[in-house]
Amino acid sequence: MANVISDETIEYVGILAKLELSDEEKEQAKKDMGSMLDYIDKLGELDTTGIEPMSHVFSVQNVFREDVVTNGDDSENILKNAPGEKDNMFMVPKTFE
Amino acid sequence: MAKQYETVIGLEVHVELATKTKIFCGCSTAFGGVPNTHTCPVCTGMPGSLPVLNKQVVEYAIGVGLATNCKITQYCKFDRKNYFYPDNPQNYQISQLYLPICRDGYVEIRTPEGDKKIGIHEIHMEEDAGKLIHDEWEDCSLVDYNRSGVPLIEIVSEPDMRSADEVIAYLEKLRMFVQYLGASDCKLQEGSMRADVNLSVREVGTTEFGTRTEMKNLNSFRAIARAIEGERTRQIDLLESGEKVVQETRRWDDSKECSYPMRSKEDAQDYRYFPDPDLVPVHISDEWLESIRGKQPEFREAKMERYKREYDIPEYDIEIITGSKHLSDLFEATVAICSQPKKVSNWLMVENLRLLKEREMDPEDIRFSPEHLAALIDLTEQKVINSTVAKEVFEVMFDQDIDPVQYVEEKGLKTVNDEGALRKTVEEVIAANPQSVEDYRNGKEKAIGFLVGQTMKAMKGKADPASVNKLLKELL
Repeated sequence: MANVISDETIEYVGILAKLELSDEEKEQAKKDMGSMLDYIDKLGELDTTGIEPMSHVFSVQNVFREDVVTNGDDSENILKNAPGEKDNMFMVPKTFE
Repeated sequence: MAKQYETVIGLEVHVELATKTKIFCGCSTAFGGVPNTHTCPVCTGMPGSLPVLNKQVVEYAIGVGLATNCKITQYCKFDRKNYFYPDNPQNYQISQLYLPICRDGYVEIRTPEGDKKIGIHEIHMEEDAGKLIHDEWEDCSLVDYNRSGVPLIEIVSEPDMRSADEVIAYLEKLRMFVQYLGASDCKLQEGSMRADVNLSVREVGTTEFGTRTEMKNLNSFRAIARAIEGERTRQIDLLESGEKVVQETRRWDDSKECSYPMRSKEDAQDYRYFPDPDLVPVHISDEWLESIRGKQPEFREAKMERYKREYDIPEYDIEIITGSKHLSDLFEATVAICSQPKKVSNWLMVENLRLLKEREMDPEDIRFSPEHLAALIDLTEQKVINSTVAKEVFEVMFDQDIDPVQYVEEKGLKTVNDEGALRKTVEEVIAANPQSVEDYRNGKEKAIGFLVGQTMKAMKGKADPASVNKLLKELL
């Protein structure tokens, strides 16, 4: 494997993704990420001069909605997804900036 | 000699667009609804829901871009900006990083040194977040997603501004373009226009930029001016005492007139942007672009020029009237009915501005119709009511948009034109006030004012003061 993921990197990626990994899982993730990057390096060998980067697999563009209200009050159903509820709002652990 | 410092300022301006629905779903954008009553699986980030772009958002963004001399990116896309915060239910915000819809524009502002171009780096489309309320009682946070998915454009300037005055001139200019397009009401206090100030200082003469800070929570032009002054002083003090400015985001507290750090940019805001696979690219054809260009409104500068040509009203009035889209619409519509630009301008400039100030309202909140203002002007022109009564009627019209003709009729406010009745009242006033009559006859011209007042009072205000004056002089 050409790409070796460091402990710091796996730690950092874990923080960004809000994932807590066991030491075992970390080792496995390091291997998986390394081989993914190897594969990307392989793609990098191809000559892509003059080829537009692709962001979608479909050649569809311009899918729009008209600016018309179609949704009514569905808060009763929406709030069923909330971890907790108070005054018609989602109740979450205290969060400060 | 003490070092001379220059302030370098760039702005990030968020404008909430005036669409009826959110950017990616058919939920209403109406302000002030019961929490979460304008939500659906899309704007609450439920798995499996699919966003569909509101066409009007693209058109408003292009309109603002054209007005600010930007190049329109005819092939543009949306990207995901990843971060975790409860007001952002998807754990990413849909925005544009790689191909923003507008780039490389500018607006011109007036400065004491002459006209100056402020560069616009880019304008991109994105969605707003929900609203987080902290509940002290339960020691938790509560989230209302009514605002989640409300369309925004973010207008990013180049670091071209050097003072608070320039910043405010730039913001005013942007606000005018956006308001004239009908793309937003741009109210800082209500958050439909939000400005973040990026500021650094450097010694005069140097070309390198100093370390900048970003200031948030600026809810008025006054707060912006004060925050700029405060931050400039803070940074200079740091440099003068040999310390360094730390790159960070700071929150302005306008009541305490100081700022404090919110979060340090050093502990990496790693947003891991990538193209949003749920949204297909937007291709803006030449035809579409031209049709939007063709529908651009007459903007303020052009309107001011036209007013100068077409209407014989003072330049100051033109400045004020064109300073609000609603006010200029009202002016033009009223003139179209009554063909009296000077009279219309007078009402708007004097009584109207006085009441706006008294009621602490914006010109955009004016409710009375051009038809009613034209009718009121007609009533005064025909001398059906005198100017004092007209002002009273205007105030009622301002508050309740009543029909002045009907109101004057119902309240019996018409000026008494009955020469006989007026003469009789004047004679009575003369008889009842021998002292004033005496004074007047002895050359005290001012005494007549008192007699006019007494007559007006006796007529319950419904006389024409000029006629009363004339009649008094005649009888004395």
